[in-house]
Amino acid sequence: MVLLVQRWAARFDEAHPTIAVEVSGGGSGTGLAALENGTADIASASRAIRPEERARIERARGARVEEHRVAIDAVAVYVHPSNPIEALSLDELRALYTGRARAWPSDGRAIVLYSRENSSGTYAYFKERVLHDADFAPEVQPLPGTAAVLYAVSRDRFGLGYGGVARPRAVRVVPLRVGDAIVAPTRQEAHAGRYPLARPLYLYTLEGARPSVARFVDWVRGPEGQALVEDQGFFPVGEAPIARRP
Amino acid sequence: MSTPRRHRVVERLLALVAWSAVIALALIFLFIAREGLPALWHGDVGALFAPRRWPGYDEAAFIWQPVGKPPKLNLVPLLVGSLKVTTLAMVAALPLGVGCAIWVAEIASPRVRAVVKPTIELLAALPSVVVGLFAALVLADVGRRLFGFTYRLNASIAAAGLVLAIVPIIFTVAEDALSSVPQRMREASFALGARRWQTTLFVVVPAAIPGLTAAAVLGFGRAIGETMIILMASGNASVLAPFDPFSSARTMTATIAAELGETVRGGEHWRVLFLLGVLLFVVTSVLNRLGAWATDRLARRLGREVSR
Repeated sequence: MVLLVQRWAARFDEAHPTIAVEVSGGGSGTGLAALENGTADIASASRAIRPEERARIERARGARVEEHRVAIDAVAVYVHPSNPIEALSLDELRALYTGRARAWPSDGRAIVLYSRENSSGTYAYFKERVLHDADFAPEVQPLPGTAAVLYAVSRDRFGLGYGGVARPRAVRVVPLRVGDAIVAPTRQEAHAGRYPLARPLYLYTLEGARPSVARFVDWVRGPEGQALVEDQGFFPVGEAPIARRP
Repeated sequence: MSTPRRHRVVERLLALVAWSAVIALALIFLFIAREGLPALWHGDVGALFAPRRWPGYDEAAFIWQPVGKPPKLNLVPLLVGSLKVTTLAMVAALPLGVGCAIWVAEIASPRVRAVVKPTIELLAALPSVVVGLFAALVLADVGRRLFGFTYRLNASIAAAGLVLAIVPIIFTVAEDALSSVPQRMREASFALGARRWQTTLFVVVPAAIPGLTAAAVLGFGRAIGETMIILMASGNASVLAPFDPFSSARTMTATIAAELGETVRGGEHWRVLFLLGVLLFVVTSVLNRLGAWATDRLARRLGREVSR
């Protein structure tokens, strides 16, 4: 998500030279912690804020936390381009990532599982949604960032990884099997709620923050910000057609 | 004759500068200890070190899975990971570093020495991110192609990167130790009819043993404290496989680097990460003291004034 926010910040800076937006990464928890410590005005998060985080922030800063949906991200499952597997169900993914199944059905070679570090919102989302809060198997290799997972899977014929749908490069995205249907992570499927691993991305601000904060959030949710959302390979919020820049 | 006032002022200032490093170190230690040690009496100490049978597990296990319900904060996989990568790196780096040192100090001609010595020492200036990138992108693929590793990123790849980082340290300290063996000892050995290799092996190296020990200890200290190379190349899976060099390893340092940004300040996970910091701090300072002590012994053994 940090790449998207950086693009927003850069484009917003061009349009509003008097407002400086600085972006720093590290994971959803990092951003919310920065909002709590007062080192950030806006926290971006790829998961909804937890009640205890909201309580801590509101206690520390003495203002209500406001939530803004700014994009829809679908978590995609990646394999090496040479991997013939047609689709995976959430149950199969859970068996693999919890260590109950360890080999590819196609050739019996050990699966090498890649994950994100536990500071990542994608990690928390996957753990909750796919593993039902069970633990990842110890063999799962956590990597710092979707780009690292993409690179690892692209170099690994037996690799399996997950991450954002934003521009997967040099890997194959495996559709998910839901009942008898096979669903690919597309905008239509995500909006229709058919793709099981789609989630909103959020910005969190404090009530009564500086006016420049609200201007940034409004701009992000407006046509220009949402066009960048599409550019980055996420899905824009809302059903309304998005005005595209020429 | 009394010292002029301004001399005293300058002396005081210099003393302050010198002490500031000591004070900074003490404060840093106090800070991490204050954050980390409460994990030992406020938290569940048994869960930090002993295996436990968690709900959903078939048997008691050492599990590091700090984000989850409940969080599992067993330090054993991390201790094992650190020791595994460091030991692997030392097994390769010690003979390499000491071998280079012996060659440069005893055998190479002065002209060759003038080129080789600064080059190896320059290796120490390589930022560890660069070494890590090299290990993760190049060594990982080479390892898989040559040896068919199951895991592209594994402890042996990280150890190979670490070797690049610690060979210069081992080399520098060892070379100093060998060169500080007095010329008269070599001459005495030659006078008794010993050949060059006999002199090197039975006179110079034994005389320099404390210095070589210091080299090993300092190299080990550097390796166990290294973060970036391991974070990028070891795969970071918290498996408990101490004797499998080709599986992943999650080290204490990489864990702190990867997780501290996310943790809730003052929470249990936060405290345990700082406890890891305390452990690392203690281990590296003990190793550094040990290295300094060994260097002292070398100096005394060779009959020189101890300069410290």
